[in-house]
Amino acid sequence: MSFYAALGAVEIGFAYGIMVLGVYITFRILDFPDLTVDGSLPLGAAVSAVAISNGVNPYLSLLFAIGAGFVAGMITAILNTKLKILHLLASILTMIALYSINIRIMSGPNTTLLGANTVFDLPINMGVPGYLSGLVIFAIISVICLVAIIWFLTTELGQAILATGDNPQMIRSLGVNTDNIVILGVGLSNGLVALSGALVAQNQGAADVGMGIGTIVAGLASVIIGETIFGCNTIAKAFIAALLGSIVYRLAIALALGLDIGGFSFNPSDLNLITAILVIVALTVPSIKKGLIKR
Amino acid sequence: MKKAFYFTLLFLFLMAQTSFADSYKVSVNQFVEHPSLDAVLQGFQDYLKDNSFDVDYSIHIAQANMGTASQIAKQMLGEDADLLLSITTPSSQACAQTLARAPEKMKKPLLFSAVTNPVAAGLVKDLNKPGAGITGVSDLLPIKAHLEMVLEFAPNTKKVGVLYNAGEANSKATVSDMNAIKDELGIEIVEATASKTADVYQAAKSLVGRADIIFVPTDNTIVSALESVLKVGIQNKLPVFSADVESVKRGTVAAMGFDYYKHGYQTGAIAKRIFNGESPANIPVEFQHDLQLHINKGASAKMGLTAPAKLLNAATNIIE
Repeated sequence: MSFYAALGAVEIGFAYGIMVLGVYITFRILDFPDLTVDGSLPLGAAVSAVAISNGVNPYLSLLFAIGAGFVAGMITAILNTKLKILHLLASILTMIALYSINIRIMSGPNTTLLGANTVFDLPINMGVPGYLSGLVIFAIISVICLVAIIWFLTTELGQAILATGDNPQMIRSLGVNTDNIVILGVGLSNGLVALSGALVAQNQGAADVGMGIGTIVAGLASVIIGETIFGCNTIAKAFIAALLGSIVYRLAIALALGLDIGGFSFNPSDLNLITAILVIVALTVPSIKKGLIKR
Repeated sequence: MKKAFYFTLLFLFLMAQTSFADSYKVSVNQFVEHPSLDAVLQGFQDYLKDNSFDVDYSIHIAQANMGTASQIAKQMLGEDADLLLSITTPSSQACAQTLARAPEKMKKPLLFSAVTNPVAAGLVKDLNKPGAGITGVSDLLPIKAHLEMVLEFAPNTKKVGVLYNAGEANSKATVSDMNAIKDELGIEIVEATASKTADVYQAAKSLVGRADIIFVPTDNTIVSALESVLKVGIQNKLPVFSADVESVKRGTVAAMGFDYYKHGYQTGAIAKRIFNGESPANIPVEFQHDLQLHINKGASAKMGLTAPAKLLNAATNIIE
């Protein structure tokens, strides 16, 4: 793995890490399996790309993306809580609807951002070299998100979200409307996912309707990698682990990409297989080591 | 526990460090495994081999994941190749964006292939004077020549069904081109879309009775699930034509288009010019030169058509 590949992996790990924070909220805290993310990631990308092409400041476009993602998440949660559609199906419905909506937003399947203003202009103008600008800006934004979420979950509203996931019956008996809490939580989650999508699009030079495919897979993998390797005994630790999990996942892909330069007869199409094996290694090394110490 | 993890990383890191010297190095970013795209790469490699270039390839395929495509772009930067080759629009955009922010000494010429509209994709500002370190070959479909061939093959065609994924920029462009020339050719265009391979069969069935023939553009989704379209075509005697000639081997009636192998071969010729010191900024974007007619006689018979003698004479390749 070269320096640039490692740098790229950490950079993309941070950008997708914001999505992983969102997935953690639905998957672990609210216990709400949410597939909306496959649609809300490109939604954020589309909104941001179209806004930038129309002259909006790239940072302001991120707020538009968050707003759009929040609404998408709310729709999933409303389908579930108010219309009583099973959460999994509700999220699938929103996801497939977003495919068409994203094409409408961009009036086509792909909006280019090559040569447009992006969030990287600010650090570059401040003297950060271009190849580091992505890492710097993604690290700052994802740490801001991380701190904001951890703080938010200590507030009264945040505690209500935690309690809704743990024991909805108990929290309902305290007079809290769990429907509204779920709508807020899933909205928040998808707002983060859309923010991640907006950053990813600016990083890869285009928003594309197909860029959401496999988001939930990467999100869940990152959450679990983070939990296994870094631990999750407090909420703050769990969110930090989720963000780091995303970076480890991308490092595994970078390693898999680097391997075929060597003398081995790896085929480029073995990429996903090698990535899976590396993740398995990363996940089992801690437990194997624990076993050795016991003996 | 962390230590063991880092050791594993270190071990793999060392395994990956093998250096090559004294030859050209090309890093490839291909979006997905796909017969046409694989043919592009093969053609590219064969051209350079035929012109006795000693080239080391580092080939990466994103397996249809945009996140991976963008990560591959970073990977390629670190590989410090002499030339970057990107196959398809999303892979090219990812490479272009990475290069835009790369340190000056790491900036390498980028050559794209199988990109339908390089200007709309933001890769070049001007087809004749790309201006920056990016140039390539566009696979814009010669749609009019193609439809004229279809009308000659099946003269009773009034309604042309087109099956595509509305999420693919290339296909969308083809369909709007078809709509632009339909009056001139005196046909109607009937559209059916499928957003993933699993939906293709249903979309193809929806054209039965609504269209006289099915036309499959160079659409990754539809071409991946071509067999289900062919099944509908054979069952309903609804001839299926494809835009790419690779699909004729799989059982479409005919295609006049290009061989993606030749497309890659042509891309290789530009690589040669870059290796010989020309700047990509001065190499105009090329379109596919020679078109070929491929006919599958067996498939024609199964879908209720006989190939006119005139077309058979003009065909470069006839599959019995």
